[in-house]
Amino acid sequence: MPKIKIDGVELEVENGLTLLQACEQAGAEVPRFCYHERLSIAGNCRMCLVEVKGGPPKPQASCAMSVNDLRPGPNGEPPEVFTKTPMVKKAREGVMEFLLINHPLDCPICDQGGECDLQDQAMAYGVDKNRFHENKRAVENKYLGPLVKTSMNRCIQCTRCVRFTTEVAGIEEMGATGRGEDMEITTYLNKAISSELQGNIIDLCPVGALTSLPYEFKARPWELRKTETIDAMDAVGCNIRVDARGREVMRILPRTHEDVNEEWISDKTRFVWDGLKAQRLDRPYVREFGKLRAATWGEAFQRIAQRMNGVNPDRIGIILGDLVSAEEAFSMRQFADLFGFKNIDCRQDGTPLGERGGRAGYLFNTGIAGIDEADSILLIGANPRLEATVLNARIRKRVTRGGCPVSVIGEQADLTYGYSYLGAGPETLTKFIDAAQATGAKPMVIVGQGALARADGPQVLAAAYKAAEKLGAIKDGWNGFNVLHTAAGRVGALDVCALPSLEGGRTTRQMLEAAKAGELDILFLIGADEIDTLALGSTFVVYVGTHGDAGAHRADVILAGAAYVEKQATYVNTEGRPQLTERASFPPGEAREDWAIFRALSEALGRALPWNNLEELRAAMYKVAPQLMRIDQRTPAPMGGLADLGKAEGAMSAEPFRSPITDFYMTNPIARASRIMAECSALKNVQKLEAAE
Amino acid sequence: MSVRRLHPVQPGSFAFNAENLAWAKAKIAQYPAGKEASAVIPLLWRAQEQNGNWVTKPAIEYVANMLGMAYIRVLEVATFYTMFQLQPVGKVAHIQVCGTTPCMLRGAEDLKKVCQHKIHREQHHVTEDGKFSWEEVECLGACVNAPMVQIFKDTYEDLTPASLEKLIDDLAAGRKVKVGPQTGRHMASPEGGPTSLTDPALYDGQRTFTRVEPPPPPPPPADETKK
Repeated sequence: MPKIKIDGVELEVENGLTLLQACEQAGAEVPRFCYHERLSIAGNCRMCLVEVKGGPPKPQASCAMSVNDLRPGPNGEPPEVFTKTPMVKKAREGVMEFLLINHPLDCPICDQGGECDLQDQAMAYGVDKNRFHENKRAVENKYLGPLVKTSMNRCIQCTRCVRFTTEVAGIEEMGATGRGEDMEITTYLNKAISSELQGNIIDLCPVGALTSLPYEFKARPWELRKTETIDAMDAVGCNIRVDARGREVMRILPRTHEDVNEEWISDKTRFVWDGLKAQRLDRPYVREFGKLRAATWGEAFQRIAQRMNGVNPDRIGIILGDLVSAEEAFSMRQFADLFGFKNIDCRQDGTPLGERGGRAGYLFNTGIAGIDEADSILLIGANPRLEATVLNARIRKRVTRGGCPVSVIGEQADLTYGYSYLGAGPETLTKFIDAAQATGAKPMVIVGQGALARADGPQVLAAAYKAAEKLGAIKDGWNGFNVLHTAAGRVGALDVCALPSLEGGRTTRQMLEAAKAGELDILFLIGADEIDTLALGSTFVVYVGTHGDAGAHRADVILAGAAYVEKQATYVNTEGRPQLTERASFPPGEAREDWAIFRALSEALGRALPWNNLEELRAAMYKVAPQLMRIDQRTPAPMGGLADLGKAEGAMSAEPFRSPITDFYMTNPIARASRIMAECSALKNVQKLEAAE
Repeated sequence: MSVRRLHPVQPGSFAFNAENLAWAKAKIAQYPAGKEASAVIPLLWRAQEQNGNWVTKPAIEYVANMLGMAYIRVLEVATFYTMFQLQPVGKVAHIQVCGTTPCMLRGAEDLKKVCQHKIHREQHHVTEDGKFSWEEVECLGACVNAPMVQIFKDTYEDLTPASLEKLIDDLAAGRKVKVGPQTGRHMASPEGGPTSLTDPALYDGQRTFTRVEPPPPPPPPADETKK
């Protein structure tokens, strides 16, 4: 632990720290452009120059010099770093002047204006005049795809985007061509970037060279109302900030959460916002003479009450979709209990999760941060790049650090890191279990929904458990059996036990079969669009949701709900971490928050749910699932019951595992309504075709 | 130097011929496993030589595939180094005129005018017969013999506008040309012959030398404070 003196303050710092980090620890502010904590060190912007005593007698780039590089003084006094001396001030002014030589003064028409590192630092560290009277250089704009807009005159060549795409996103597509004044950031011959994490380079760019294309010229940062909330596009539970102007969501940005998303979010999370404005259900509808007609809430409830009158509760089903929050799932669960419905299921994809093995049987038990500790990873029927993009970046980070081999049973997809491919399906899994041996201290098994959402799901889950057990992944202090969810609402719904009644309740698959066979009279679809809604026979369908998607097209009554940025709700991510969303805007028109709809519906049906506001609802929910009370804390699930998973009898079919996500950009009603996502999806298909050639 | 881009007209494919392929494989084998990318510059250069002295898009992709590199990484290298020509060059000669200070002071500007006059007003333009092209480059390290030009791997030094014109004419006519100084000077020896070490006895083994050791340095003055 070397000692170092920074601006006269002596402190002891960790070995291997850079001077810049040491300065931060000492509370000294050091400006920077190219340096970023999560990327490799480039040292090319020169903005972080400091003066050192005990090192070379010239300004030093503090990001690229280690505290161990400095020598102590002749009498053993610690080396000194100065960040406020005239030499440093002059050096910074010089660097800033050089940076501004070729940077256009187009701040008034630049989307970065108001949140630009260069703007801020020029104010703080620059000088007020320019000695450069020649022409500025001009650089052609580059095409990077439909998400990132380029304005390359503004680029200061910090290469953060190149380093991010190469190191974190794992695609070697961006680079810097030419040199000196003619250096240009580009992709290979202006091809669109293929990563699902590319939106992050917009945040990383310290100037306005890379900005958001869909957000182009839409708003200024100071007019936006910022709401810190949680993403619901996948089950990672990324922390996001939703910026809205008035009632309109203008953009979505990531927030830092070290244990969940670090500071990245996927493109779907970031650019789905235009889907919140399109295809919205803004009022209730009822179907009359085969056509949907706008109705009042009273009419809609009355229609449901009429239809339900005298129907056997066993002939009524409830299917919960991917985006339901824990509160909604709990409400529906209580609703079902209240009226004696046995058929309720939150697993619209038909997995067997939650039936055996307790809570540990459906959680990502190591936690997302646990990936950093793993020493081997086995992926079974999972394609984390599509199913949980940010989590995949975490696996990539672990793999590139070394000492963590990844093996895959399932689809042979490009995961952005190397892995050993074992095979496609259950046969390989069986063989693997036979040969598996305990290796390493912290092996990890990740089971995807693609392996479970099939008729032999329980058997595959059992096999996955056996594989984990034989690998030695389940032991005291380390539960390496992980289920990777794809739906934001799934774990929350499982936590509040929104599952078929044990006394003859039907699962999703059984409900759909019953509907087809005419054995189901009424089906409630709570945002469930990923089922085959056209094969529901003559069932009376009540759809509660936000978008005119598959479910709404088939519905007989539509109740308009609120999307994830329009309500306060609890979402539990795949590792079992409950997080609260905040309301960033309001649901359109007469649409209401879903829990209130369920409450009103229950009253219209004659028996009201016992709460009048969200607090009372939550209090009731916390009694059932106390872990949901501990917001942003992961409550580890007891491992005791996990062995139950292995007891599922029966054989697995030979069908290979397939990821449930075929189109990353089209996984939920909001994304399907988004034009930006549609564009990305079309481009992806073209890229796939090109790759196949 | 200007912005370097790939030429708009590109051939369909590129592959090393058998001899170059064997050479490239030997080159790659010089580097440890996993560090094959180190061979990118020699391979690109060899590809340039094989391909009429310019680097094509198929060549970049061929080299990238051979070394397991991303295309953009090889493109970065090809655009960084000006020794890689990104557009077709003259088949007989691509004249690289050094324009850095010593050559400029010794008349490189006039050499450029000769090129503009005899080849093309603009750099990097091939003559209609496809034989010649020219460009101005930075220092080629032959300042002693300034001004000079480089044609492919050979340098032609101590040029005057007249001797450069003659050189171009000779090359165009297919006559044999002399590589090196064009003035009769021997390599980088002084103009007009040597001025020192002229004693012939130095070279016939007659003179012998005896080494004279320098006197030892005086001892440092005794330091009073140390006591």
